[in-house]
Amino acid sequence: MNTLSISKIAWNRIPQARLAMWTLIAGEFVIFGGLIVTYLLNRMKYPGWGEMAMHTNVIAGTINTFVLLTSSFFVVKAHEAALKKNIGKIKFWIWLTILCALIFLGIKAYEYTHEIHAGFTLSSPALLAQGKHVETLYWSLYYTMTGLHGLHVVAGALALFFVMRNISKTGTHFHRIEVAGLYWHMVDIIWIFLFPLIYLIH
Amino acid sequence: MSMAHVKKGFWHRFFFSLDHKDIGLQYLITTMFIAFFAGIFAMVFRIHLAYPDVSIPLFGTIGPKEYNILVTNHGLIMVLWLSMGVLLASAGNFLIPVMLGTDDMAFPKLNKLSYWFFLSSVLVLIASFFMPQKGFGGGWTLYPPLSVGDFGYNTAYKSFAGRFFSSNTFVLLAVALEFVSLLMGGINFMVTLFNKRAKGMGLLQVPMVVWMIVIASVLFMFSVGPLVAGTFMLLLDINAGTGFYDASRGGDPLLWEHLFWFFGHPEVYVILLPGLGILAEVITTNARKTLFGYNLILVLVLIAMVLSLMVWAHHQFVAGIDPRAATVFSILTIIISLPFAGVILSFLATLWKSNLRLTLPMKWALAAIVLFTILGGFTGLHLGAALFDVYAHDTSFVVAHFHYTLIPVVLFSGMAGFYHWFNKFSGRELNRFLGNLHFWLTFIFFNGFGIPLFLLGLAGQPRRYAGYDHIPYLSEGHLPLLREIATISAIILVLSQFIFVFNFIWSAFKGKKISSTNPWESTTLEWQTDSPPPHGNFEVYPVVYHGPYEYNRPDTEKDYLPQNQKL
Repeated sequence: MNTLSISKIAWNRIPQARLAMWTLIAGEFVIFGGLIVTYLLNRMKYPGWGEMAMHTNVIAGTINTFVLLTSSFFVVKAHEAALKKNIGKIKFWIWLTILCALIFLGIKAYEYTHEIHAGFTLSSPALLAQGKHVETLYWSLYYTMTGLHGLHVVAGALALFFVMRNISKTGTHFHRIEVAGLYWHMVDIIWIFLFPLIYLIH
Repeated sequence: MSMAHVKKGFWHRFFFSLDHKDIGLQYLITTMFIAFFAGIFAMVFRIHLAYPDVSIPLFGTIGPKEYNILVTNHGLIMVLWLSMGVLLASAGNFLIPVMLGTDDMAFPKLNKLSYWFFLSSVLVLIASFFMPQKGFGGGWTLYPPLSVGDFGYNTAYKSFAGRFFSSNTFVLLAVALEFVSLLMGGINFMVTLFNKRAKGMGLLQVPMVVWMIVIASVLFMFSVGPLVAGTFMLLLDINAGTGFYDASRGGDPLLWEHLFWFFGHPEVYVILLPGLGILAEVITTNARKTLFGYNLILVLVLIAMVLSLMVWAHHQFVAGIDPRAATVFSILTIIISLPFAGVILSFLATLWKSNLRLTLPMKWALAAIVLFTILGGFTGLHLGAALFDVYAHDTSFVVAHFHYTLIPVVLFSGMAGFYHWFNKFSGRELNRFLGNLHFWLTFIFFNGFGIPLFLLGLAGQPRRYAGYDHIPYLSEGHLPLLREIATISAIILVLSQFIFVFNFIWSAFKGKKISSTNPWESTTLEWQTDSPPPHGNFEVYPVVYHGPYEYNRPDTEKDYLPQNQKL
């Protein structure tokens, strides 16, 4: 035996936090995978779902896609600033990302409001009354998928906020921007799957 | 004992400690606490099945509703909380950092957080018994519409509060919390394996049990996702009036079965793999031989991991799936037995012509292999074939089959691990007489319980029936006698576990202090430090020069060569 200090025994072949985040992302994709497969199987089974998909707001969805894609660019810029340890620029780009998240949630809330007013809710009793049983399932799954994704948007924005605050307070842990950024890209990519499936296929 | 001056009070040790050994102990105690109730439940409903009119103290006469609640919670607790809590969470926490020669997990705070989630899942599960339904009775597989229960997509419980504060909702929440806990734990295990190995330890020099726990965690992560989504949808069905699983609205109850078993079948391998890992450690130590085919075992297990994601529908042969699909799933199910046969053969090859030490852990390990292979594995081949399964499905034959797979893995190899490592983590010896008594009673009466169930199942006794009195062909001939044998054996099996609980508690406080830090003369790193390992595990961090199982080498003085000893 020799006397090694604890800092030397961790080999850190892959940066620890990044490895953990990739693992988490793999797990998240399986969760959304379950929902997406459920959606696809039902979509192929029920032609009525296409008619329901016509009621989604494609323009709002498109704008939201652009907003999320742009926010991913901002996170990359924040990562670039983090590599240079430039706290001012990190704050600037992260605040822009969080702003994009808020715009996304705002537009989503606008869509939800219109859909709820049109009688399309989580359980859609109005459709049930018309005898459109299968069609209610479309809206149940629509709210489940977009709602769960929305929760991930909130979680990602909160993570970015706290990481940024911690960096500007302590001036350390710059790598956390990259890790939280990875999560943010995942939120973005999941939306890239949801957008054509829910909005575009008619 | 470099950190011996750090005195830990009870509250600190059991609620706030970040030390992986303390967290492992917390998992162990929590799972034993909840498994106590699951064992009592099993005793009660077995008594009811053999002697339907007997009034059981504290439980009274068991009606169909109570019977369903007891059976459901027995299954849920044993599969989801006990098996994974002991073999993944507790064993993983105790063993991984010490066996890798490091101070703690990669993320100690995440580790603590995952225990807190585990504890809250147990508390929510207990709370489900205090809801108006007095416990969830929809079967441990949570199939809708049974799991939607009285709510049945109807008008009886209109209010949101009535739906939310129900046993059904609480059980689903408990399951979800437990999944979150194990996902966080799994991330921790994986990162620890890849990033925190001792200097010099290559990936193929990692002890098998660590590999197995990590592979099981990864498999859990890949299989549980769809069920998390499915649980979310089931919660919405109960609480928000959606109809995902409601056939009258175009929803599909089979969807739940697919989502559940896509997790549920890999789940049995999530439980099996850590058990096999423990067997590998105990067998090599007591056979004084290197593990036969270390790389082969890893490859076989990875093949099985991929295959296990493609066999789930063999649980649904009679649920109305396409017969062509049934053929495919039958073939895949029978193929998946090959990798595991390979692993067991590797263990047998390790035992071949070995200089066997028949210690107490070794007895448990050998019993685990015999019972798992002969009665658990072979009957699995029968049930995997759709032709046989259609006949035996939902009979006691299936019940006996999965008890013969789970009990050897969880109870027997879990106990092998417990009796093997207890002295390391407590610094004291277990009482050997009580240990032997526990082993023989468990071995004899487990078979006394299981074999009659095989016979009853082949005689056509269905499972999940709250009593067989009213069925003429099941209350004639030798069948009631078989049920009585199974019941009496099950009672003794459960009661003999209290010998273990007593032995555990008594030895932990009053047992003889262990004289050697390496009483089994084993090679892996946990035996090369103090018993119990201090906070931080090692005074000087080891450097690894060898693989984990260097026994009986011709060029060494003793018959074992520790991983950190230079030749």
